[in-house]
Amino acid sequence: MIVAIASGKGGTGKTTVAVNLAVALDKPVQLLDCDVEEPNVDLFLKASITEREEVLAEVPRIDLARCTYCGQCQEICQFNALAVLPETKIVLTFPELCHSCGGCFAVCPEDAVLPDQRLLGHLEIGQRGNVRLIQGKLRVGEAMSPPLIRRVRQASSPNGMVIIDAPPGTSCPVIASLRGADYVCLVTEPTPFGLNDLELAVGAVRKLKIPMGIVINRADVGDGRILEYARRESIPVLLEIPFERSTAETYARGEILVEAQPIWKERMLLLHDAIRRRVADR
Amino acid sequence: MYELVVLSGKGGTGKTSIVGAFSALASDKVLCDADVDAADLHLLLSPRKISHHEFRAGHKALINPDLCTSCGECLDRCRYGAISDRFEVDELQCEGCGVCVHFCPFGAIEFPENHCGEWYISETRFGPLVHARLGIAEENSGKLVTLIRREARRIAEEKKLAGIITDGPPGIGCPVIASLGGASAVLVVTEPTVSGLHDLDRVGSLANHFQVPVSVCVNKADLHWETAHAIESLCREKGADFAGHLPFDPSFTRAQLEGKTLIEYEDGDGAARTAVLKLWEHMRALLKAR
Repeated sequence: MIVAIASGKGGTGKTTVAVNLAVALDKPVQLLDCDVEEPNVDLFLKASITEREEVLAEVPRIDLARCTYCGQCQEICQFNALAVLPETKIVLTFPELCHSCGGCFAVCPEDAVLPDQRLLGHLEIGQRGNVRLIQGKLRVGEAMSPPLIRRVRQASSPNGMVIIDAPPGTSCPVIASLRGADYVCLVTEPTPFGLNDLELAVGAVRKLKIPMGIVINRADVGDGRILEYARRESIPVLLEIPFERSTAETYARGEILVEAQPIWKERMLLLHDAIRRRVADR
Repeated sequence: MYELVVLSGKGGTGKTSIVGAFSALASDKVLCDADVDAADLHLLLSPRKISHHEFRAGHKALINPDLCTSCGECLDRCRYGAISDRFEVDELQCEGCGVCVHFCPFGAIEFPENHCGEWYISETRFGPLVHARLGIAEENSGKLVTLIRREARRIAEEKKLAGIITDGPPGIGCPVIASLGGASAVLVVTEPTVSGLHDLDRVGSLANHFQVPVSVCVNKADLHWETAHAIESLCREKGADFAGHLPFDPSFTRAQLEGKTLIEYEDGDGAARTAVLKLWEHMRALLKAR
């Protein structure tokens, strides 16, 4: 079962739910940190990392000895990653703009496009107790996270329990994180910002046609707008978590809540049960 | 003219609430909501839309079933797994590279321009706002951010305003990079947690990479003073400007529930408001000096 923890708005508690849900289960779990721009799972999990690899994107390099400056590579590239200047016999490449579509390689009649690489970031795998951590870390300065997210997803086995900590938002990195999940758990808070971004996230999950439920975090800080919305849209509310200063402090220190507060273990087991039942019913 | 970009790395640290408060405090500026993926600033500013524009960027492949012979050329060439066995394009997977369009032996693949969002120029009680809405599950957020920042700059120049305040997206990827280039200052709003500290470090490095000077403020500092002070020391160590601590104050949320900025919200003990006033004075002096 693949369960993705997502939210439109940042800072609602995705990582908290993902990490604590994984640790609460007394069975092997793969926990994927797909928020590769700001991976935070391991700040709490503190797994021992046993594998680390570079994740690379294929980009073009031009062999000027073969190039005839015909310009076909520039023409096929939709991302402006190549500029051919026949007068000065220069071909400029902008590897950071390249989407690795392979178009320039395929179109070149002279075999003058050679493969080069751009570092996207790193994939790391580690273990802590029952939890196998698989995380991506985007290189600072790199703009494209989806290929690294897909690499993190590939590194997991679809068997057994998989929990995905997704990035905030609703655009391509979120889609890359959620695709193929059996269930999406949207973590939100009962404020205008929380609701607005939840609505956007629900739209994204519906596009992917994945069943979903809502977790309301800091359920007592705002008003009833999330409950109302959930009822209107027939989306189940799986769990409500009140704001507790002690929780905020435990979180601030980077501790795992289910290990510090027994009530968190109960909450996470309830959540797991609610998700499992809903996935089984389908 | 200045452009102050407010970022955070980690989401939910209070960027938009602080930009909202700055909106009420700063004079002669344009506001820009560059969190196009999940924009929230409009919820505090109740904008009145003056103009409404489509945002088109890139293309998506579209297979014409009447011309398609199911030869499989496109399937073999697509690196994104966007073409199904039934020769339909999954538009969520298609990155618009056009390779299938070019190589289809039957010219069966169309390549229409992609409508991926909308952007608006609005009037608010605190001045003009340029904001946008990226279509759900769309790409090209970086291009949309670049576009609305350019519009904000155009308006500021036209109206001879002092500057631009931009509410940025979380993270360090494409839309954040697009929010940074050419800004006069970045204010990173962080929180006193292990993740706040970690994410500040990454977004700070990104801003350094683009040579934009960084200021840092710690929101909800009293939730964990030890980490709040650690962040302050880290800033001094790395030569970043430390702009101040803000207290954890439910007034931020209560003001939001009323669709107001903290500055306009009358209730509460005023601790957060005093701290935000101080923060803005700090940023204003800094922007003026530059």
